[in-house]
Amino acid sequence: MTVLQINKQDGAPEIRRRANFLYGLLAIVFIGLVARLVHLQLVQGERYTFLSENNRVRLKRVAGTRGMIYDRHGELLVDSRPSFDLIFVPEDSKEPEQTLRVLASRLGRDADELLQTYADSKSRSAFDEIVLGRDIEWAAVVAVETHQLDLPGVSLRIRPRRNYVDGQTTAHILGYMGEINDRQLKNYKEQGYLLGDEIGQSGVERRWEEVLRGQHGGQQVEVDALGRRVRVLHQVSDVPGYTVHLTLDRQMQQTAFEALKGKEGTIVAIDVNSGAILALASTPAFDPNVFARGIKGNEWNALITDRLRPLSNRATQGQFPPGSTFKIVMFIAGLEEGAVDPNAQISDPGFFHFGNRNFRDWKQGGHGAVNLHYSLVISCDTYYYQLGNKLGVDKIAKWARAFGLGEKTGIALDDERGGMIPDSAWKLKRYRQPWYPGETLSVAIGQGYVTVTPLQMANMMAAVANGGKLYRPRLVSKVESLDGSNVREFAPELIRTIEMKPDTLARVHNALADVVKGGTGGMARSPLIEVAGKTGTAQVVEMKGGYVKSEQLSRFTRDHAWFVSYAPVQSPQVAIAVLVEHGGHGGEAAAPMAKKVYEKFIELQKQAADNQHVQTEGANRAD
Amino acid sequence: MQIDRRLISHFDWTLFFLVLIMVGIGITTIYSANYNLATGHAGALPMRQLTWLGLGLVAMFVAISFDYHYIDRLAYPFYGLMLLLLILVVIVGHSGGGSQRWINLGFFRLQPSEPAKLAIVLIMAKYFQADEPANGYYLRNLLMPFAMVAPLIFLTLIQPDLGTAIILGIVFMSMVLMGGLRLRSFSYLVAAGLALLPVAWQFLKLYQRNRILTFLDPDRDPLGAGYHVIQSQIAVGSGRLFGKGWLHGTQNRLNFLPEQHTDFIFAVFSEEWGFVGCAVLLLLFVIMVAYCLRVVQRAKDRFGALLVFGMLSIIFWHVAINISMVTGLMPVVGVPLPMVSYGGSALASMMFAIGVIINVSMRRYVF
Repeated sequence: MTVLQINKQDGAPEIRRRANFLYGLLAIVFIGLVARLVHLQLVQGERYTFLSENNRVRLKRVAGTRGMIYDRHGELLVDSRPSFDLIFVPEDSKEPEQTLRVLASRLGRDADELLQTYADSKSRSAFDEIVLGRDIEWAAVVAVETHQLDLPGVSLRIRPRRNYVDGQTTAHILGYMGEINDRQLKNYKEQGYLLGDEIGQSGVERRWEEVLRGQHGGQQVEVDALGRRVRVLHQVSDVPGYTVHLTLDRQMQQTAFEALKGKEGTIVAIDVNSGAILALASTPAFDPNVFARGIKGNEWNALITDRLRPLSNRATQGQFPPGSTFKIVMFIAGLEEGAVDPNAQISDPGFFHFGNRNFRDWKQGGHGAVNLHYSLVISCDTYYYQLGNKLGVDKIAKWARAFGLGEKTGIALDDERGGMIPDSAWKLKRYRQPWYPGETLSVAIGQGYVTVTPLQMANMMAAVANGGKLYRPRLVSKVESLDGSNVREFAPELIRTIEMKPDTLARVHNALADVVKGGTGGMARSPLIEVAGKTGTAQVVEMKGGYVKSEQLSRFTRDHAWFVSYAPVQSPQVAIAVLVEHGGHGGEAAAPMAKKVYEKFIELQKQAADNQHVQTEGANRAD
Repeated sequence: MQIDRRLISHFDWTLFFLVLIMVGIGITTIYSANYNLATGHAGALPMRQLTWLGLGLVAMFVAISFDYHYIDRLAYPFYGLMLLLLILVVIVGHSGGGSQRWINLGFFRLQPSEPAKLAIVLIMAKYFQADEPANGYYLRNLLMPFAMVAPLIFLTLIQPDLGTAIILGIVFMSMVLMGGLRLRSFSYLVAAGLALLPVAWQFLKLYQRNRILTFLDPDRDPLGAGYHVIQSQIAVGSGRLFGKGWLHGTQNRLNFLPEQHTDFIFAVFSEEWGFVGCAVLLLLFVIMVAYCLRVVQRAKDRFGALLVFGMLSIIFWHVAINISMVTGLMPVVGVPLPMVSYGGSALASMMFAIGVIINVSMRRYVF
């Protein structure tokens, strides 16, 4: 141990000297802290003991009023109205069970039910509030207020409750509110969410939670031994959430929902020139107001076990084979890829022989001589079997994807599904098998592996109508603070421009118009507005053996009915996709629904024009 | 290495027992803070703290086992290791309560900012061990130690762990003053520090700023930090002279006390043991610090004296800041109460510090 040369045997005189001061510093700090303790524990001890008994100082949180949601014309879709929750703090009552029995008799409620709620919440922290009832009726509010003295620990809490003006009609767009779950709590804790808080669980309520929510306020209050407020020590006022303006047209939405009533299906209407969603209805629906008042266990179970899946938004989450509506993609791809001579005719015997198999047309006996235009108007399968065979699956996939099929549109709603556009690379990867040419024929008529969402189809029709501009479907146009001081607007967003020859566009527009004029889509024809579109009937089960009429099949094996369209034919404004699950023929089940929505659109436009006219006239008179 | 018999006979039992008593107080209070009236259990934390005590004893005996002059060689490598760990925390650290402070070692979540406090003492003692100049050190002499300490403070600040960063800074300043900085230079330093405050403010996270603002103006955040301060004061104050008795505190049951078994353990203790208990606990700390000051003065060389002083300043500032914070004399900055608060990294670091002090103390006779 001789390596260390730093030893200095006389210690450290300077440090010794300085350390002497530190005894003084130590004494001062010690005396200071003791003095503080004397003040807190001896001088103020009585006061603090009083405050600690029954937890006299409490925090009452007030949820920020959630923002409102409006449609494109400023019509109210959701607001919040005050409601009363019945609260119980057992620690404030000497005999909690007795108090609950008294409460039950005052309210005319079952005492056992209240006692059970109390028993179920034994694991909470002391002085945590138990919610005995949400949104209780006015008579109960009055009863509790007047009998306060007999009901120690029982109180009312004002809570803003969501009010969905149109109930089921807008359910899938607006979504619903629910109590925050454990996983969400973990993610949102930093933002000040607490157990028992409500949070948007689907739709706009969920996606726009952050702006709709507002900020909690609250009071630090001193209460008496019965839990009643003596004074407010501090207060922070809550900040209301932002208002959200949708692109939705409330009346078109109602018309769409009405048209679907009694069926399972969906209607999507999109503004052709901006991607704005005008209507997005899905049936069967649920009532978000049920969630707002606090959904009961059996109601929830009924919803999630319902075979018709009312919670699912069929427009964005339903993935269906597009059936014959896919022929629009084939039509365009054939012309653009030079795989088809638009004037050449084929002769259709009612089937296409390929490999060692006959691929059947939907029409027994065939359509006779068919050219490109006519093939779309009468929806000739045989024609598209041939075309598909010529194009090959990869070129078909290229064009389908160009129109946004098989990929999420990116609409601002959660849990959107993408659908599926297959190609040879995908099949090799997924099934480790090469693509068989026979499979291309199924794809050519929108069957086989192909699936799309109705929203994608509506968006595709918008792009076909406007000459190739594919917009991102847009649901929210503007978000603003209540006083209007803070505004964020959302402009149309172009995903891509699909390059097509003017000749191609002219031909497809022409054919789609003729589908409605004199083809399979005749039931969409309206005296008020000229519609162009394409029907589709998507097989759910493979037809074996002979031809079976859809009506003869049982409910869940019946075909899906499609109608995809736009209008007016000259200078298109709206694109609509209709899907009716197990609805049978697209021309019969789906096309008339689209017609209703288009007619509503024209009616609203006329009304607006008339109003405009009256206003201008008034202005003219004033001059 | 063979251990000198004289060393054993000079082992510092006073310090050793003081530490054991404090850890004992800590564990009983942790037990109470986590005690559930309904189930009659206190969970796993008291038992785990007992494990950390075992780890702490190992750290302590490691710190005692070798001649402290070897620390001269170990100081820089130890510092380097701490720097590395703190950088690692930023990269792969685990977060808790909104900040990233831990490295998961599987059996143990290491919080490197705790041993980093020791590193500062080691490098400063090494730097200042030579005889000081006649007129004391100038500011330029501080450049080199400051360059070493600043990264530690910065890395702690961005975790963000304001409390530990403050402790690191204060311990650095204490060492500089004890090492012999000229008073005039010191006043320059203080002036520069005040001028830099607005810059530091920019680095603070929103919740840290809020805490400081809440301290300056308790009405600012009555639903958040202000509420915690009030509940903590109610807990301390309601203990009155003799306290409510062990396991009979009420405030901590309400889950209002934030971090009731770590930074706010003193609030739980005061409620249950009252003014008498608090005075005894404070007195124990004063005895410990005064006793260590004695060791500083009797150390046989400057290096040993500075080491002991550094370690005791860590303990002293923790106690002073923690109790001021719990009793509402200071803003809430997360600083644990040494030996008493729950936490493995902190306890092991503190016991290592005590080990170094005992080391110097028992070797003062060895020539």
